[in-house]
Amino acid sequence: MGSNPLQLLIAIQKAFNHVPDDAICRVASALGLPISRILGDVEFYSFLSREPLGTYSVLMSDSITDWMLGSRELFLRLCGNLGVSPGVTRCDGLATVGKTSCTGMCDQGPALLVNGIAVANLTDERIDAISRLMEKQIPPVAWPDEYFRVESNIRRRGWLFQDWQGPILEGEVLLQEMTDAGLRGRGGAGFPTAKKWASCRDAPGSERYVVCNADEGEPGTFKDRVLLQHCAGRLFEGMALCARTVGAKRGFLYVRGEYRYLEAHLEAQLAARRDADFEIELHWGAGAYICGEESALLESIEGKRGIPRVRPPFPVTFGLHGMPTVVDNVETFCAAAAIAAGGGSEFRSLGTAGSCGTKLLSVSGDCARPGIYEYSFGVSVSQILEDCGAGNVLAVQVGGAAGSCLDASEFGRKICFEDLPTSGSVMVFDRTRDMREAALNFSRFFAHESCGFCTPCRVGTGILAQAMERISEGRGTEEDITEIGDLGGILKASHCGLGQSANRAVRDMLRKFPEHFEGGVN
Amino acid sequence: MKTVSLDGAVVPFAEGQTVMECALAANISIPHLCFLPGFLPHGSCRLCTVKIDGRLASACTQPAMAGQHVEIDTEELRQVRLSLLRMLFVEGNHYCPACEKSGSCRLQKAAYDEGMLDLHYRPWYPKRKMDASHPDVLIDRDRCIFCELCVKASRDVDGKNIFGISGRGIDTHLVVNSKSGLLADTDISAQDRAVEVCPVGAILVKGRGFEIPIGKRLYD
Amino acid sequence: MIRLATCSLAGCFGCHMSFLDMDEKFLGFVERVEFDRSPFTDIKSIGKCDIGLVEGGLCNEENLAVLKEFRENCAILVAVGACAINGGIPAMRNHFSMDECLAEAYLDGIGIENPQIPSDPELPVLLQKVCPVHEAVRIDYFLPGCPPPAGAFEVLLEALLKGEKPELPRKLIHYD
Repeated sequence: MGSNPLQLLIAIQKAFNHVPDDAICRVASALGLPISRILGDVEFYSFLSREPLGTYSVLMSDSITDWMLGSRELFLRLCGNLGVSPGVTRCDGLATVGKTSCTGMCDQGPALLVNGIAVANLTDERIDAISRLMEKQIPPVAWPDEYFRVESNIRRRGWLFQDWQGPILEGEVLLQEMTDAGLRGRGGAGFPTAKKWASCRDAPGSERYVVCNADEGEPGTFKDRVLLQHCAGRLFEGMALCARTVGAKRGFLYVRGEYRYLEAHLEAQLAARRDADFEIELHWGAGAYICGEESALLESIEGKRGIPRVRPPFPVTFGLHGMPTVVDNVETFCAAAAIAAGGGSEFRSLGTAGSCGTKLLSVSGDCARPGIYEYSFGVSVSQILEDCGAGNVLAVQVGGAAGSCLDASEFGRKICFEDLPTSGSVMVFDRTRDMREAALNFSRFFAHESCGFCTPCRVGTGILAQAMERISEGRGTEEDITEIGDLGGILKASHCGLGQSANRAVRDMLRKFPEHFEGGVN
Repeated sequence: MKTVSLDGAVVPFAEGQTVMECALAANISIPHLCFLPGFLPHGSCRLCTVKIDGRLASACTQPAMAGQHVEIDTEELRQVRLSLLRMLFVEGNHYCPACEKSGSCRLQKAAYDEGMLDLHYRPWYPKRKMDASHPDVLIDRDRCIFCELCVKASRDVDGKNIFGISGRGIDTHLVVNSKSGLLADTDISAQDRAVEVCPVGAILVKGRGFEIPIGKRLYD
Repeated sequence: MIRLATCSLAGCFGCHMSFLDMDEKFLGFVERVEFDRSPFTDIKSIGKCDIGLVEGGLCNEENLAVLKEFRENCAILVAVGACAINGGIPAMRNHFSMDECLAEAYLDGIGIENPQIPSDPELPVLLQKVCPVHEAVRIDYFLPGCPPPAGAFEVLLEALLKGEKPELPRKLIHYD
């Protein structure tokens, strides 16, 4: 925790169920920072609060896949059981019940967070039982263990899950091997990893950092959660290899706050490392999707609001504290470690011409076997649907809320950088679904997660969400429909990718499933 | 000499200059709001959005690079600017007839220049906190466009570091660096650059009332 | 003859005054324009018109009904002035709840005798929020200003009478 403002504030929130104004001033003065900086954090990260929350702070995961599994009904049930209004702390201070963006439990939803810890597989019975436990003031640590069980649901293992044990390659040899293997960043953008590491190594700077981005917040993505659970050792090895290659002494693992339940496991894994030359620190997020954007993530580690930076300069030359920094995804570091341990040539042989190796997909929604699937790049959507046991499929959302919505005519398309680049979210909608619900969910998501820095995203995501609210209530107009399409042109002027892609899925849905929206327009 | 093309005009630039800076030097106008020479640009308002080799970018933050083809005055970009201005108007409360800054307001002027006649979107009518605690200076947060010029001016010019931006998304708002959060508990003065630099009527000097007659104001 | 209707919703009739500020040019229009419903004619109901000018925003249900009538009857509908375009000064009540506004105006304000909130059934029901006219109906043209200058009315009408799209010059665009 040390002197990092965000980590301190998370600890204060945990201790006092809020961050009192007095604490804001004290933290500011202790760290020699302006009050506005600390206040800015408290009012930016959604897991921090200036108002006291209940002894039990419950946040229901509000992803579309949670909706499909009945989360909205369960939310009302929980509020009813406890006699609370959404977001309003009960007058005796017992509980606050609110909603939060996707918690990454899409394969075992609906899910909620109670005092920051995930409870999945919610049912009416489980909600009632939880309500009773809270009324009896039994602390979550004394709740049945099964409530907190998180399944890994690894359905298909491939190259990445193999136990590569070859002699470890390092430095220039490793970079060459990664280049030969064709390793590109697994976060979706696909920048060649060796090139990134080499640029960082060659950039001037008195210090260097290695940062792992485990802030996966894209709705429908949960592969990092599974990798952190099963491959933390390999991840740290990948980060250490990177550190030795670029000359870094310190590294950070930025984990989204929703995965706080992994803390003991990760701390134990870190403690088991024996590497005096490279220290890795855990940094927790606090409910801000935008921090998955690499420069916002760096701002967040520096203890600031997660506002994406002006780029260029890019993190490889001007990263954490202005020093050359490698920021890579969990899956990328794991893949790098596997390549270093002899997996390179097989990696090269898998996938397509432009997308080597394999990709972990997080599959959720209407299918018999949701979970993690590792495929060679180039796998078709229809193959995935067959393997996960999805029938009568209407649509598949690839890449989360910022991704593409495919109809049945496009299920022959392939997961790879050349066709459908993705961080791995695959959400399946069958023919019983109303795509208007998904459009509403995604538009609300962006309005909630916009950092507010630039005009088109701050205002445009709000206009989009308002139009979708009207359409979903049957109060929409033809102008609302036109507006949703037109907003794309202006959102493209946004500062970062969040705003630029904010109307993409909704626009796809309107174009491909117009009949779903007709009822919303009068 | 390295050059860029700005709407077809070949313009030289020095290493490290942004597209905006080289346009200004060449007397080519790119509409802008949050950018002000002398302050580090950050590109939040996006009004200076231009198209560089087919991609939208903010001219104030984009480094000029040899051979760039920059579009400024196109129908597509006029539409983008118009939409951005309408967005800034609907998210705040910009009742020009009742605003002391009217006539000298850069948001208003930018909207005039772009020929904005209507809001197009539905106004949001926000209710942000007003701060009238200080004897000489007041903050009307409903007019703030989050350009952060006051933040930078107070920190870097006045050396007082009075302002900051807090919140997220549509709840973004201007905050004051004092324990109470009030302007009265700061050492701000009406002569501060932070006050003068506000492009809109969000930070105003008290005790004045529409001193300059209509027709004689800065942008009349 | 071109038929023209005008009305003032939640406005102050200042836009109508500015319209009359065209002075002698107004006479030129009178030869080509027949006024339908308008404060100038005192005609209370609107017939089929070519052009409708709407001043003011929407603050009560009567405003909304009149606006809809204008939209149904006017081929071209123009929002005139700041209040029609963004709600204007009346919209400043949106910062307060309806109860707060009514209490301040009729119960707690300075100098009020016999404090009571009017409840005559003849009075139109207030809308929760004042809003601009484009939120309720489609608007064809906008004339900004508080009020728009007389010259702006002139440019607008000259263009519309010729069947052209009005183009307001930069110097006639202002919001105050």
